[in-house]
Amino acid sequence: MSTRVSLSPAGAIGKIFRSFSEAGRKYGVEWWILIAGIVIILAVAYIAFFPQTLAPYDPLDQNAGPQLGAPSASHPMGTDNLSRDVLSRTLYGSRTILGVAFAAALVSSLIGIPLGLLSGFVGGVLDRVISLIMDSLYSFPGLILAIAFAAMLGPGVVNITLAVAVIYIPTYFRLVRGQTLSVKEEVYVEAARALGARRPAIMWRYIFPNVIASVVVVFSLNIADAIMTEAALSYIGLGLPAGIPDWGMDIAMGKKFLPSGAWWMITFPGLMIVILALGFTMLGEGLAEILNPRLLER
Amino acid sequence: MEHQMKNLLKYFVTRTLLAIPMIFILLSLVFVILRVMPGDPVVSMLGAHAPPEVIEQKRVELGLNKPLIAQYFSYLGQLARFDLGDSMIFHQKVSQPILDKLPATLELTLTGMLFVLAIGVPLGAYAANKRRTGRDFGIRLYGNIVYCIPVFWMGLMLQLIFGIWLGWFPIAGRTGSRIFVSTFEKTGFYIIDTLLAGNIHAFIDVLYHLFLPAITLGIVLSGIFVRLTRANMLDVLRSDYVLAARARGIPEGRVVYRHALKNAFIPILTMMGLQFALLLAGAILTETTFSWPGMGRLLLERIYLRDYPTIQGVIVVFALFVTAVSLIVDLAYAIIDPRVKY
Repeated sequence: MSTRVSLSPAGAIGKIFRSFSEAGRKYGVEWWILIAGIVIILAVAYIAFFPQTLAPYDPLDQNAGPQLGAPSASHPMGTDNLSRDVLSRTLYGSRTILGVAFAAALVSSLIGIPLGLLSGFVGGVLDRVISLIMDSLYSFPGLILAIAFAAMLGPGVVNITLAVAVIYIPTYFRLVRGQTLSVKEEVYVEAARALGARRPAIMWRYIFPNVIASVVVVFSLNIADAIMTEAALSYIGLGLPAGIPDWGMDIAMGKKFLPSGAWWMITFPGLMIVILALGFTMLGEGLAEILNPRLLER
Repeated sequence: MEHQMKNLLKYFVTRTLLAIPMIFILLSLVFVILRVMPGDPVVSMLGAHAPPEVIEQKRVELGLNKPLIAQYFSYLGQLARFDLGDSMIFHQKVSQPILDKLPATLELTLTGMLFVLAIGVPLGAYAANKRRTGRDFGIRLYGNIVYCIPVFWMGLMLQLIFGIWLGWFPIAGRTGSRIFVSTFEKTGFYIIDTLLAGNIHAFIDVLYHLFLPAITLGIVLSGIFVRLTRANMLDVLRSDYVLAARARGIPEGRVVYRHALKNAFIPILTMMGLQFALLLAGAILTETTFSWPGMGRLLLERIYLRDYPTIQGVIVVFALFVTAVSLIVDLAYAIIDPRVKY
């Protein structure tokens, strides 16, 4: 297979990294956006994996301090209505949201990408039917769809992940289908076909690797979006069973005590959502601008 | 000219017909989610310990004992007659609470849209004009940051700052306790109702209550419009007619904000159709935060009560709305931009 022009997935990643370092020297601002995004994600990932190394209290400890205590030296983010330490809860809460958002993006990409490949490659009636369904799904307000799913499935980590995942399938489908349509007209695909490569081989070894680079960008932006959706679902009380530290649920709890002036219960988990979502957005934006230098001409 | 009109009409008809399969798919999707997926509405309504014969009786009453395909067709048949069915919990038609709450949501959504446009479009145009400068970068950063703010949290923070700390704005409801809604309520759009009744005092109170939730939506969703406007303006600013306008010595500000912005606005209009879905989703969250008695609150209340027909009805209405808006936007686009091919 020495005539292969396309890249393997590993080759594609290698190409991304090479264009990384070149772009780093060439384009100042975009490069720093990318780096900032990566730093934020790594920091929150560390918190999510090792919260016990940073949290001063157990997130469920109801004797951590005073009830609704304002931020102080021993409780930098205050305590909640059940005397739990807000800092510890916020640190442990990163686990839930990061895990759910990442798993949801993974599930929807694992469904959306093959569907898009198949639909774009095969074409015809199959393509029309799948596209129509996906377009309808895409046009529907995602959150409302997720609410309906979550309401039917009931609370639980797996259920909220599925509810979030469903709404992003069309995003991957549309992207991959569009790319497949253009890639399948390329000369090297024509060549592979002429050499007698079977259709699954053409799809998997010639088209897929050339489509996957743009998926990386969307995957990152998708996680940012999934973070907001998870937070919204658990804020309205549809996501998770009580007891799991979660930013959205903690904000919903804090809302009740807002009129009494307990600003710390909502402020810190909310800030974390913004920072984490921003991290993934910056990563996605940075990648997009670097992988597609034509955008930079603007 | 006549030929053009004919083409336009043809496009209108084709586009409208295309909306039908879309509605059909969305309705089927709602059915799949609410009826086919695991979870038994009757069991969750009556509790798992209810006697089997009671559960069975309720199933027959609701038609849930029939095969799924029969349920599906009776569901579609009902909808074709514009009937959303009866509530499972209250003795009322599903359409009744929906018609009551819909104006509140629309009032919030449309006012939110005004704020989105008022904030997003000028900022985006300005950023495009000053591209690759510090100010451009600052505006893009603003756009990215607000996009990452959960709309419910934005609402809470505004409540905290402007409602609780500063005491400038009310944080819940559509009217104050001393305003008697029954004295002016007609359409359910309180802005219109209070004006029709000539009740300036109530009108101001309504605006006062609308401000924080609407600006919450406005700020959070303005990020998308900053980006859209900027990208479209960049394209337009490179076009020949902008160059021509500059060559004729038309002042720069006029070129950018009159000639260019007007043309950049057309694609923005199409995007508004797509963003409407986002705006509706944002409105649901804003309603919970601001105790705004709209469709979002209705949906969540009925989810807690497990009133499945009403849940289904609310989602169906949302689906119809989104389809209608995208249809209207596409048709408006065809009228505004004569270059659209049909």
